Amino acid sequence: MDTIGFDIAHLLSGGMLVLSLLLLFQTRIIAVINVFALQAIVLALSVAWQAYLQQAPHLMVTAAIALIVKGLIIPFALQRIVRRLDIHREVETVIAAGPTMLAGLALVALSILLLQPSEGSVLTREDLAFALAVILLGLLMMITRRNAVTQIIGFMSLENGLILAATGSRGMPLVVEISVAFSILIAFVVFGIFVFRIRERFDTVDVAAIDRFRGERREHL
Amino acid sequence: MPAVAGLACVAALFAIGLVAVAIGRSRAGTTVVYGASLLVSAIVLLFALTHLILASPPASVTLPLGLPWIGAHFRIDALAAFFLIIVNLGGAIASIYALGYGAHEASPLRVLPFYPAFLGAMNLVVLADDAFVFLLSWEFMSLVSWGMVVAHHRVAANVRAGYIYLVMASFGTLCLFLAFGVLAGTGGQYSFAAMRAGQLTPALALIAGTLTLIGAGSKAGIVPLHVWLPLAHPAAPGHVSALLSGVMTKVGVYGFIRVVFDLIGEPTPYAGLIVAAIGGITAALGVLYALMQHDLKRLLAYHTVENIGIIFIGLGLALAFRANGIEWAAALALAAALFHVFNHSVFKSLLFFGAGSVLMATGERDMEHLGGLIHRMPHTAFAFLIGCMAISALPPLNGFVSEWLTFQAILVSPQLPQWGLKLVIPAVGALLALSAALAAACFVKAFGVTFLGRARSNAAQAAHEVDQFQRVAMFVLVTLCILAGIFPGFVIDALAPVTRALVGGTMPQQAFLPWLSVVPIVASRSSYNGLLILLFLVGSATLTAAIIHRFATRATRRSPIWDCGFPLASPVAQYTSSSFAMPIRRVFGASVFRVREQLDMPPPGAMRAGHFQVRVFDPAWFAIYGPIARSVRSTGIFLNRIQFLTIRSYLTLVFGALVVLLLVVAAWR
Repeated sequence: MDTIGFDIAHLLSGGMLVLSLLLLFQTRIIAVINVFALQAIVLALSVAWQAYLQQAPHLMVTAAIALIVKGLIIPFALQRIVRRLDIHREVETVIAAGPTMLAGLALVALSILLLQPSEGSVLTREDLAFALAVILLGLLMMITRRNAVTQIIGFMSLENGLILAATGSRGMPLVVEISVAFSILIAFVVFGIFVFRIRERFDTVDVAAIDRFRGERREHL
Repeated sequence: MPAVAGLACVAALFAIGLVAVAIGRSRAGTTVVYGASLLVSAIVLLFALTHLILASPPASVTLPLGLPWIGAHFRIDALAAFFLIIVNLGGAIASIYALGYGAHEASPLRVLPFYPAFLGAMNLVVLADDAFVFLLSWEFMSLVSWGMVVAHHRVAANVRAGYIYLVMASFGTLCLFLAFGVLAGTGGQYSFAAMRAGQLTPALALIAGTLTLIGAGSKAGIVPLHVWLPLAHPAAPGHVSALLSGVMTKVGVYGFIRVVFDLIGEPTPYAGLIVAAIGGITAALGVLYALMQHDLKRLLAYHTVENIGIIFIGLGLALAFRANGIEWAAALALAAALFHVFNHSVFKSLLFFGAGSVLMATGERDMEHLGGLIHRMPHTAFAFLIGCMAISALPPLNGFVSEWLTFQAILVSPQLPQWGLKLVIPAVGALLALSAALAAACFVKAFGVTFLGRARSNAAQAAHEVDQFQRVAMFVLVTLCILAGIFPGFVIDALAPVTRALVGGTMPQQAFLPWLSVVPIVASRSSYNGLLILLFLVGSATLTAAIIHRFATRATRRSPIWDCGFPLASPVAQYTSSSFAMPIRRVFGASVFRVREQLDMPPPGAMRAGHFQVRVFDPAWFAIYGPIARSVRSTGIFLNRIQFLTIRSYLTLVFGALVVLLLVVAAWR
């Protein structure tokens, strides 16, 4: 493998990780959606570059799906939801941005520590470490945000990490990628419907309202 | 005996259990069920006796039942035949007793279906030759006996006893399950033949042995796993109590012998030390608990704990000797243990039958309300007295022979090379001696307070002798106690195939000695002849009586009994069971039993009555089971909170678990 190919793949995966950290730091919902769209585009580039490196044209399909569905359709739809629901507010976080960033950095360190000594080629290894970090950051985002829309984005970002991990290793069949893409789309549809239903019933998309409705929310949370 | 015949009898017992569901309500149903159980048990007993005495080779059979493609394995060898004798002797005689006793059962349908099923399950445990069948029948045995423990379910204490029994039985089965898992290894060989052939590393053998000691020991009743036993055994009807205490605990001992002696293979000497030490502690604590009791059936149940301790001392010694290659001593210790298994099943059944008869005649189990029964129930009193003498190890009865043999095995222990064993086993012998002496005290109390003196209640005053079935059952056992005591050589000869199979040796001098003697090691060191002692006792007693009658007056004089200077007419003023136990309670009470004595003495001149209250606690409850129950409860309350978290908290839990696991993986490398 030539070094320039390796470096570009590395750059793109690293870019995804930086964007994940940026997602954690955003304070406004529109900005979160934009950063997510940017991450999906970087993912598409990364997958396309992998397709070129591995001589696997079917990865191009994955890249196209990522670009069109996650980079364009979903962010557009989310922005529409936000506008229609009129929630251009600040993201309500459970933990302040500073500690969240620190936790995120610790997670990145953990994933590198975990995968650095493992077997396999350098590229696969680094790629997997980045992907694991993106997955963990997505999870972290899901549990540190109160707003349903930002939770959806955390979940989508997690899926981005999964796709990055899957395409980084050689020989993943197209069927898997397509099914992953569809599952994301369906999850998005389900989430979207849920968000509207929540809004209709509770006049807010703060998931704390659901907890309150279940009668299980404690006031100190 | 082909194993198929045994299985056919087990199937017959299960069938009787099913039939009992249909006919249990009718009055004849009781007679039919117990009569049929008696017949089937007697058939198996005969088969097993011939198998053991003729020293037949092991016979096995595989039935296409149970797990697909594996089948169910059954086998009868010398050990199984011996325990089949124990199970079916107890079963047959309990059935005779139940022909009389069961007729008075208030709700026979709560006992009748379970009784034959219980006998069948115990037979099946002994016949099983793979882990699956063994565990299945073991658990079935626990379950049907639980059904009979809670037969009188209107009494709250019985339901509680049943609950504790169920918990302990499940725990024991779980331990056995894990033990067989270790024995089967990663290959998953569940037949005993494969386990016998397999070789375990010493560490695995130790784990399997410990798990078996806990699992089978909780069924047998070793301290501190005995807590269910004094609650559950008295709760059942009389004949079932006798089976639970006299026979089912022996099935527990069988499980231990089968796994540790037969399946695990070569033991380490210190494993024997652990077993013997636990046996010694069990024996001493069991009899001390028994002395504190004033409920007759509970006293007997605690006394079972003591006898199980004696059996485990013998088994531990056998393990230690076998590990050092001293086969003849191992055979001596094992023969002592097995002989005691037989003896205990006989006299404990006898004593429980006696207690059942007393309960039936008076409605009382509390000794403080009994007394003077020897006048109204002379036959029961005589049978109970023989049982008391046998269990107190008085010659020439059977209990003496097995305890004496155990002592002989302890006296050989200086031949062991390990210093730890040399030092600890004499201490175990001291515990055994202590428990033998205390057992005698315990049964002087049990017999004296129950049958001698004057009646302490109207119920005891109005007691009447029980019917002929119960008396026949008790006198068959009395005969067995005497015969096994006088002719112990025959029993030991019959045990030779078992010891040869398990420890590879027999008692060297014993084979078919003339004059019915027992010689454990060599004749110059020690020997015992029950017949000689019987003749001496009969002769000297006759002579003494003759001399007294010759030189003293023959006239019968009636005079008031000596009343210690207090001519108080009330029977309450008699020596009671708690006053009998008082000296021992004072010695051991504060430390071992946490005895609380409360004396409320009115000041001089006050007219109210004084009160004296004694409360005795089983230390196993507050030292072991109390903390366990409290920690389970607090863990449960804590986990209960997790059920009502928010979605985000659940996600956090998942995330936290993932990160912790990843950290573990990272730290592992």
